[in-house]
Amino acid sequence: MSNELTPIDNSALPQHSPRATDVNPASEKRAEQQVAILFGLSAVGSLLLIYSYIFVKDNVFIFIPIMGNQNAQQLGIGIGMAMSLFFIGIAAIHWAKTLMPDKEIVNHRHEFRSSDEDRAELVQTVKEGVAGVQLGRRKLIKRSLGVAAGLFALPPVLLLRDLGPLPGKKLETTNWKAGTRLLTDPGNRPILASDLEVGAVVQVLPAVADMEHRPLSDIAKDPVLLIRLRPEEFQLDAQRLAMTHEGIIAFSKICSHMGCAVALYEQTTKHLLCPCHQSTFDVTRAAKVIFGPAARPLPQLDITVDAEGYLVARAPFNEAVGPSFWERNSQ
Amino acid sequence: MTATEKIVGNTANFVDERLGAAKWVKKSLNKVFPDHWTFMFGEVCMYSFVILLLSGTFLTFWFDPSQKEVVYNGAYEPLQGLKMSAAYASTLNISFEIRGGLLMRQIHHWAANIFMAAIVAHLLRVFFTGAFRKPREFNWILGILLLTLGLVEGLLGYSLPDDLLSGTGLRITSAIIQAIPVVGTYVSFFLFGGEFPGTDFIPRIFTLHILIIPGIFLAVITIHVMLVWYQKHTQFPGVGRTEKNVVGHPILPVYMAKAGGFFFVVFGITAFISAVASINPIWLYGPYTPGQISAGSQPDWYMGWLDGLVRMAPPLETHAFGHTISWNILIPAVIIPGIIFTGMALYPFIESWITGDKREHHLLDRPRNVPNRTALGVMSITFVMVALINGGNDIIATNFDLSINQIMWFSRIGIFILPPLAFIITKRLCLSLQRADRELLLHGAETGRLLRLPHGEFVEVHAPISPEKAYQLQSHEQLVPLEIADVDARGVRRPGALKNKLKRRLSKAHAVSIPKVTEQELKEIENH
Amino acid sequence: MKRLSRYRRHKAAGPLLLIFALLAIGTTFSVASATVKESQSVFDRSASIEEGKQIFLKGCSSCHGLNAEGGSIAPSLIGVGAASVDFQVGTGRMPMADMSTQAMRKPRVYNEEETAALAAYIASLAPGPAVPGESELNYERDGNTAEGGELFRNNCAMCHNFAGQGGALTQGKYAPTLMGVEPKHIYEAMITGPQSMPVFSDKTITPEEKLSIIKWIKSAEAEPNLGGATMGRIGPVTEGLLAWVLGLGLLIGIAVWLTMRAR
Repeated sequence: MSNELTPIDNSALPQHSPRATDVNPASEKRAEQQVAILFGLSAVGSLLLIYSYIFVKDNVFIFIPIMGNQNAQQLGIGIGMAMSLFFIGIAAIHWAKTLMPDKEIVNHRHEFRSSDEDRAELVQTVKEGVAGVQLGRRKLIKRSLGVAAGLFALPPVLLLRDLGPLPGKKLETTNWKAGTRLLTDPGNRPILASDLEVGAVVQVLPAVADMEHRPLSDIAKDPVLLIRLRPEEFQLDAQRLAMTHEGIIAFSKICSHMGCAVALYEQTTKHLLCPCHQSTFDVTRAAKVIFGPAARPLPQLDITVDAEGYLVARAPFNEAVGPSFWERNSQ
Repeated sequence: MTATEKIVGNTANFVDERLGAAKWVKKSLNKVFPDHWTFMFGEVCMYSFVILLLSGTFLTFWFDPSQKEVVYNGAYEPLQGLKMSAAYASTLNISFEIRGGLLMRQIHHWAANIFMAAIVAHLLRVFFTGAFRKPREFNWILGILLLTLGLVEGLLGYSLPDDLLSGTGLRITSAIIQAIPVVGTYVSFFLFGGEFPGTDFIPRIFTLHILIIPGIFLAVITIHVMLVWYQKHTQFPGVGRTEKNVVGHPILPVYMAKAGGFFFVVFGITAFISAVASINPIWLYGPYTPGQISAGSQPDWYMGWLDGLVRMAPPLETHAFGHTISWNILIPAVIIPGIIFTGMALYPFIESWITGDKREHHLLDRPRNVPNRTALGVMSITFVMVALINGGNDIIATNFDLSINQIMWFSRIGIFILPPLAFIITKRLCLSLQRADRELLLHGAETGRLLRLPHGEFVEVHAPISPEKAYQLQSHEQLVPLEIADVDARGVRRPGALKNKLKRRLSKAHAVSIPKVTEQELKEIENH
Repeated sequence: MKRLSRYRRHKAAGPLLLIFALLAIGTTFSVASATVKESQSVFDRSASIEEGKQIFLKGCSSCHGLNAEGGSIAPSLIGVGAASVDFQVGTGRMPMADMSTQAMRKPRVYNEEETAALAAYIASLAPGPAVPGESELNYERDGNTAEGGELFRNNCAMCHNFAGQGGALTQGKYAPTLMGVEPKHIYEAMITGPQSMPVFSDKTITPEEKLSIIKWIKSAEAEPNLGGATMGRIGPVTEGLLAWVLGLGLLIGIAVWLTMRAR
């Protein structure tokens, strides 16, 4: 690059021009007053905070345009705190900008690379140090150290073993068994087939021993969505059709994608939508995935009625509900 | 000597006789920091972190990290009598019964959102100006580590109140963990103490959220800042600013006053937003139970792009030999983020491999002068933006009368088309800007004044530009492609021909730029 | 904005704003209660079926068929009941302005009496859910807010959002906001399942439970902004936007000022 521009003189900083506050005593005075006012505003903020904390009741609401009804105490404490902090900062910066010396200074950089002598010395030191350990010579120590170091890493890992139980078949089982009644959630009331009109939907949970204290891990697998259609609207094979009861079809409410509750049922299109990732399932075709990231239909629960006419499960789910996992046998 | 001077003097003497600190402190107080508004993003991060520590500590005084079932009897009427976890109940308690508690919760959450926003802004500044180049690669990697930690810490914090939204987030997290082949189910069971959600995760993530991760944060931030201190800050080119110096205001008094003041400003603005704008109104979400869900369940913004990727993923799963691999989760939630974060961490080394540049750099690049890097950056931003938009597709759909299916298809196609398009446009734009710089240098600034010459021609008057400006326009280095021959000097084929070919092509693409103004050209113009 | 917020702290600001707030609440309440009263007194069981039929033939039959048997673009109305008519016409959804994806809430076309007549006519065709009477809608007395909240989160929040603000469905359809909807119409929507919405049978969600849901919705509607401006109560999307635009925006502004040389 022979014809590169001759560099502009880069050895010195441009001429430093003084600020108004450097030359004009009046503006210096003004700047000083401005800083004082800013600090004063901060103090006002602190007082506002103290006042709001002690004297404003927490059930007082004030109306503020755009924002609506606001809690006066929360707003007072917040604005007070904001002012108290903000104006200290602004005052300090304004002070620094207008009154403190503003001449820039130059620091010099040094190369980070150490000198060759230093490097050589380091290598020497390390070599000597390593040689002093004599690992190469003392085979017995070397081997026993290896054993010790290898084993010593294990206990900390082992001690974490009791963080949780092994999965076993837990992900594949739910509380639905043959004959389990479908109960409304909340309410825990059994449901007659005639309770549902066409187009109706209801979330149900299985009848279990202690219905007041269902563990959340159960609620993460058990919820089922009951939907009633006109029987002629189904496009199911015989086996799936047999799992319905008088137009009532039951699906796991837990998304086969990531386990959110799939519950947006559109009565007109008969589609179920998961609000988390928008997987869409077609209820008339056994919850076939018609849009979105889910790869499997929602598991269908086989339902029938018991002697008293209440809806019950005919069999447990025949596959694991909820998101996929490595051990899941999806055949 | 006044009394104050005497006290200060005695104290200083006491300390110095024991630590010998005078020399180091003297040097440090003269340390210089260059001024530029983009250099303040890092400070915003650091100050937000301090705000998070302070407000977080306040919250721990009342928060009960337990999933024990309680019946709520607090001040918020619409939830009275409901069963919920102690964690959720205590968060309600902080919000409604501790004066300033809701404000502190909001400060904590707003500060977290601003913290992550500032990290991203800081990262972009460092990237686009080339501040990551030698010798600052370590600090770049530490920065990526901090970003990653921030994502995890934010997610855990979002999960702690145990409201409906945070539980939904955890449900999705557990599904991602379960999707990891072979070990996923076990890892999930160990993390949650059994099946999701179990009764252990709140206390566990509490320990992680308030102790382990902040501890790591503190350590890494300390190293990060110490490296900036030791390696000295980069600076933009300008008259008097070279690779060998650093120009700015000394720590005492100006920088200290400005930086100290800025901490109060950041805290003040965070407090202001927290006072006027609600964030995470958990009392409206209700307590978590896996059977419930709300429309528009979203993560916080910094996780939104991941959620958007998950939403647009194709419905792919492999079922074989009694096992399931969920590509619809693994690709968007594990593989792509893995590639992105690894790529970001390695970028300084990749660029130096392409350019063959192994020198130290302390002067920053103007983004236009390195079109390829700038275009790559904008391409990445576009990728994340498309994903982010898809992450909020339901909110966008309802507010702009669109369909989620349309937005999803827009994103599915856009994620492939828009980033390369952004790359090409940005590169062109950079080259145009370089051309404009060149024009400015050759012909001066356009004044908008038209002049009619005697023979009738109209010309625009160009004003000469200041020497400082001229220096800025021509101080960058001309990019040159690496010259790599396939054969060595003796005509023998060199090994790694394919690698060389790749490197040559990348280097050539990287070096595309407008030729700088030469002395000769300037002379010609003057002679005109 | 900042200047405004400073005035907010004026000594008189608190009391003044309080007066404003009281006035606003008072007016809203009197207006709201007036409309409720009007809507319930007008409904008249004796509205003539014949009058309804005439209105139907003029305004509805072009789509729904001369005998309400439905057509290619509109469903049959036989058996939908008076409640369905009262909901669709009373909220202005019917008659539809255009053939959009879904009928929107808008100023209604028919007045109370005409709506009642239409409802009576449709109800005369086949039995269906009736319009709930005033005594059946006393949610203040019969409802329980907390229980209603739980029911709402179980059955409504997935479409209408955690605070009843509405949400997206597939293909451009949406669940509308529940803010400002009359209790009667909320009740009717639950028993009739208009458009995409499914039916919530009285057996699975009892009438008392429905009133609890209404009570919760009304409590959410009236809830003051406890933590500051709500930004639509639609979750973290607007929060993230605000963090970038207002949070980082203000900070960048200050940073530019901070690093600028004073003149």
